[in-house]
Amino acid sequence: MSTRVYVPRDVAALALGADAVASLLRQSGDVEIVRTGSRGLFWLEPMIEVATSEGRIAYGPVAVADISGLLDAGMLSGGTHPLRLGRPEDLPFLAKQTRLTFARCGIIDPLSLDDYRAHGGLKGLARAKEIGPAATVEMVTQSGLRGRGGAGFPTGIKWKSAADAVGAQKYIVCNADEGDSGTYADRMLMEGDPFVLIEGMAIAAFAVGAAKGYVYTRSEYPHAIATFNAALDVARREGVLGDGFDIEQRVGAGAYICGEETSLLDSLEGKRGQVRAKPPLPVHKGLFGAPTVINNLVSLASVPVILDKGAEFYRDIGIGRSRGTMPIQLAGNLKYAGLFECGFGITLGELVNDIGGGTRTGRPVRAVQVGGPLGAYFPPALFDTPFDYEAFAAKDGLIGHGGVVVFDDTVDMARQARFAMEFCAAESCGKCTPCRIGSVRGMEVIDNILAGDKLEANFELLRDLCHTMKFGSLCALGGFIPYPVMSALQHWPEDFHTMRHEAAE
Amino acid sequence: MASYEAWSEARGAEIIAAHADQQGATLPILHALQDAFGCVPAQAVPMIARVLNLTRAEVHGIVSFYHDFRAEPPGRHVLRLCRAEACQSLGADAVAAHVRRRLGVDWHGTTADGAVTLEPVFCFGLCAVGPAAMLDGAPLARMDDAKIDTVLERAR
Repeated sequence: MSTRVYVPRDVAALALGADAVASLLRQSGDVEIVRTGSRGLFWLEPMIEVATSEGRIAYGPVAVADISGLLDAGMLSGGTHPLRLGRPEDLPFLAKQTRLTFARCGIIDPLSLDDYRAHGGLKGLARAKEIGPAATVEMVTQSGLRGRGGAGFPTGIKWKSAADAVGAQKYIVCNADEGDSGTYADRMLMEGDPFVLIEGMAIAAFAVGAAKGYVYTRSEYPHAIATFNAALDVARREGVLGDGFDIEQRVGAGAYICGEETSLLDSLEGKRGQVRAKPPLPVHKGLFGAPTVINNLVSLASVPVILDKGAEFYRDIGIGRSRGTMPIQLAGNLKYAGLFECGFGITLGELVNDIGGGTRTGRPVRAVQVGGPLGAYFPPALFDTPFDYEAFAAKDGLIGHGGVVVFDDTVDMARQARFAMEFCAAESCGKCTPCRIGSVRGMEVIDNILAGDKLEANFELLRDLCHTMKFGSLCALGGFIPYPVMSALQHWPEDFHTMRHEAAE
Repeated sequence: MASYEAWSEARGAEIIAAHADQQGATLPILHALQDAFGCVPAQAVPMIARVLNLTRAEVHGIVSFYHDFRAEPPGRHVLRLCRAEACQSLGADAVAAHVRRRLGVDWHGTTADGAVTLEPVFCFGLCAVGPAAMLDGAPLARMDDAKIDTVLERAR
């Protein structure tokens, strides 16, 4: 009997040579290659796993040049070798996690519905059908699940409003426009466990009475797009979709603002991705004017486990008003960068130092940006902040979609502040003045500060401008871009008093 | 390395018609045109307007809103470099400066020999293995000056 070897096809593993490893292994004897998603331990990718009598044994990072040595060492029966990592679930990085949303990612063949079922898939949908739409909405409400895109709105309440809304047609829209730097959870799930999203959307559709779903995926994710389309075909062929509910994937076109829910809806409708004024809320008047549930991908993908294991099980994890688990994405200059799903409440310092192992460059950590380009920069002095929607808001920050980007002491925080304004200027949809004009003026003011011009007056002007953007912008782009700017100014004022700024392109 | 069709009105009309019946057809049409021609040709704008019952100004407004759509076909290879924060934390700015110097082009530029078009991207979701890049759709991780030079050797 041939030995089964699991080789990831997550795009990060591909970038590190996983395809070449898989094809060489395939030629090297009696092996059956199963391509999986990634477990999310990216410093070990390509991390391959061999099915042995003692379970799966991992080796990594495996380069093509290592394969003959690994085979000689008896890798196919779990033999000893310097790259042998042992059972993956015993690796501290995985052992410390609570994997619910990511329970199958990196383990199963992403396009095998049998694998999905064998690992607990479709039990949530079956449970929903058993208890009915109203009880399904109630269970999601009771679980305490909040929007994982960053806004943190209770998912169950959104569903209840959509269920109560009157409309001949209703839509479920999945926001997979994961544009925040430092985030890749949506991408990993689409590549590693796409059926969990399909199941989550099918549950949402059943709960609110929708017949059609859209997944809006960013164009920068070609591999995720291909895998998810293939998964939709499988789901239709096997009858998971098609009977009263179907899903179509649409691809974005490089506009960051389309991650904002109303811009996304306009983009889906074929328009410029411009923000809509609210009300009306999408649950009342959303896609094509119909009642629409628009949820982040991770929110939808967290629903199946809630239905399967119960609201109480999920709600018992976490702290304060942040219930359940959050797939935190450790990124940037970190030794152990990867996906870490755990209950809310872990501190930023634990994430960066204990889990992430400090910087990849070996230099001291200077700043950590949490929550993407609109998130605040945190200094090590704030490392006791627990990962929780309210705790981050209380420190003038946000958790966003769960991205944690680490910088070492070579970072120039004035440059990062200027980049935030530059990014906002490039990505503003242009509908409201504070964002469209404020971001351009923000760049100019920071340039003047860095030129040493009327420092105190310009600092005051920058604070005033940020205040206007924060309270006057139509959406979170202009409204939150003051977070990285003001946090940089507050925690690293010394960087704004130097002349070492080079004009960004 | 991608090869694109030369613009033809008949082919353009065929592509537009193939996607026109779906709801919110604009982006699927624009993507399909760019997949075929390497860009959204200016000649296609009035054709899309007619089919979707929009004005030419509206279609132009949509095409120009989205960063992805090009007005001209790219070079034989497209190198996309991530410029976002996670890659910045590992030296992406320096890698980008090196590439621009070496190729002698700025962002969105194509080398004089038509070999490479350089495009900025804000995040590939490769934030744990940055600085990240893609050459003709193939992902690249942990780039530095030497590694990107090897990549550029292949892109001729």
